[in-house]
Amino acid sequence: MATATQTTRRDFLYVATGAVGAVGVAFTAWPFIDQMNPTSAVLAMSSMEADIAAIQPGQQVVFKWRGHPLFVRRRTPKEIAEARAVPVSQLIDPLARNANLPDSAPATDANREIKPEWIIVVGVCTHLGCTPTVSTPQSPQGEYGGWLCHCHGSQYDVAGRVRKGPAPQNLAVPPYSFIGPTKIKVG
Amino acid sequence: MAGHSTYVPRTAFSRWLDERLPIIRMMNDSFTTFPTPRNLNFWYTFGGILTFMLVVQIVTGIVLAMHYVPNAGLAFNSVEGRIMREVNYGWLIRYIHSNGASMFFLAVYIHMFRGLYYGSYKAPREVIWILGVFIYLLMMATAFFGYVLPWGQMSFWGATVITSLFSAIDQVVPHLGTAITQWLWGGFAVDDATLNRFFSLHYLLPFVITGVVGLHVWALHVPGNNNPLGIDVKGPQDTLPFHPYYTVKDAFYLALFVIFFAAFVFYAPNFFGNPDNYTQANPLVTPTDIVPEWYLLPFYAMLRSIPQKLIGVLVLVASLVTLLFIPWLDTSKVRSCRFRPMMKQLFWLFAADCVLLGYCGAQTVDAVRFGIPLLWLARIGTAYYLAFFWVLMPLVGWLERPKKVPDSIAKPVTGNKSAAGVKA
Repeated sequence: MATATQTTRRDFLYVATGAVGAVGVAFTAWPFIDQMNPTSAVLAMSSMEADIAAIQPGQQVVFKWRGHPLFVRRRTPKEIAEARAVPVSQLIDPLARNANLPDSAPATDANREIKPEWIIVVGVCTHLGCTPTVSTPQSPQGEYGGWLCHCHGSQYDVAGRVRKGPAPQNLAVPPYSFIGPTKIKVG
Repeated sequence: MAGHSTYVPRTAFSRWLDERLPIIRMMNDSFTTFPTPRNLNFWYTFGGILTFMLVVQIVTGIVLAMHYVPNAGLAFNSVEGRIMREVNYGWLIRYIHSNGASMFFLAVYIHMFRGLYYGSYKAPREVIWILGVFIYLLMMATAFFGYVLPWGQMSFWGATVITSLFSAIDQVVPHLGTAITQWLWGGFAVDDATLNRFFSLHYLLPFVITGVVGLHVWALHVPGNNNPLGIDVKGPQDTLPFHPYYTVKDAFYLALFVIFFAAFVFYAPNFFGNPDNYTQANPLVTPTDIVPEWYLLPFYAMLRSIPQKLIGVLVLVASLVTLLFIPWLDTSKVRSCRFRPMMKQLFWLFAADCVLLGYCGAQTVDAVRFGIPLLWLARIGTAYYLAFFWVLMPLVGWLERPKKVPDSIAKPVTGNKSAAGVKA
């Protein structure tokens, strides 16, 4: 006879049954969790092509990509020079956040775009997801000439890099490529 | 107060039922003969008012769901077009539901502040308080999901901002926060999938609330009500049967509350609303000022007052989680603030602080009043909110010299003579 302190075959069966049951519950739970993720139809809509030839220097056009605004801004030579002059050490977020580059790429202006003239970023403030307002010489928004988010006051420069909190990161540069001189494919 | 049941079934049927399902006995013991402290004042009527509001919201909500279409392309028109203009009395039912949410929160805030003032969270009522905090959190979630459904600009951007709170996790575990937000959205942004699931949850949660309210009342009926004096019931001379004394008192103040409620529904139905929500959701344009509903403004002010995303979110979470610990943060032996001169002042300062935070939350982030940036006022307000619970509450319990509490409830209410008479 087994005493209370000894492990019996019955104890083993209890634990084994419980373990199999727990694994079964986990496997059953997964479909109910995963159904919340983006559907295949949503994922299929995740890339976009756009002709950007008509955008004038100093102008921004907003496209819709994956349900978000996509800022395509043609920068003036003055804006490019300003953005290039900012040392990375002055930035809140030192990383490029460029999906076309490795995660560790520093946030130099050159690492933020493919062609210096075109800055292409997802128009979602990295704080809580509002759409920042573009700054132009006619209607300046904030102190850095890029974008200002009205929700909580974050400011971005002309390279879309965050210069004033509470946003923690630079505006995301989406995966994109030039498929013609003025034609882009995003996603 | 749980005591010996006094129910005597009178008919053959009720005797038969009582032996099988003693539901009449339970209702009788809980809501008719239930011994209730005789000194409960006006502020104790809000429990009944809240029960009424929960029923109002469920009934009007079920009706609205019969006409509403949870689809990003159709939702706005199904509310502003169909329900507001075409369905018979749809405007009335919708305004009752939307203003009802504000009334529900008004009543719950009064109920919570009453509990704080009279020390109703202290032993042996900690579980009642904690269940109440869970009801409050469920109410906030339900209200948030409900606010998204009309699919106006504020609906859409409110949903975006609140769900993006989870992306703060990216700063702890890279990419996990983004994965969670996309899981919540069912896409790369708030869209049709998000609206559908929010509708489903908005329909579910009120019934979860109803369940927790059942537990809340159950837990209340074990020790019985606290009272404005904060002292224990010593015997039958301190109590009155719930019916008719408190059913009538609750009904009277409920009637006044409904008049107040109806005044908004009929004369100022958009008083609590935001005009931006009369514009259909547009994912490409954020309204210049995103403002949540008034009942969430203090928390919004706390979130905005912190210039760092992760810490801001943590402060917001802390401000809510703190409520669960109040029963153990208060070290005083005396419950009611009537006998706590220091706590009484700090309590009113706390109430004013919540109003101040609410005011700051409603203004733009860079607003300045009387030369003071509101951001700094919100920071001071946030500091006081947290310090009130985590520093002042434990400290004042030790430092304060409470006034002498009465010997019994019957004594200050009826005077020495008759209390002695009842005892004899």
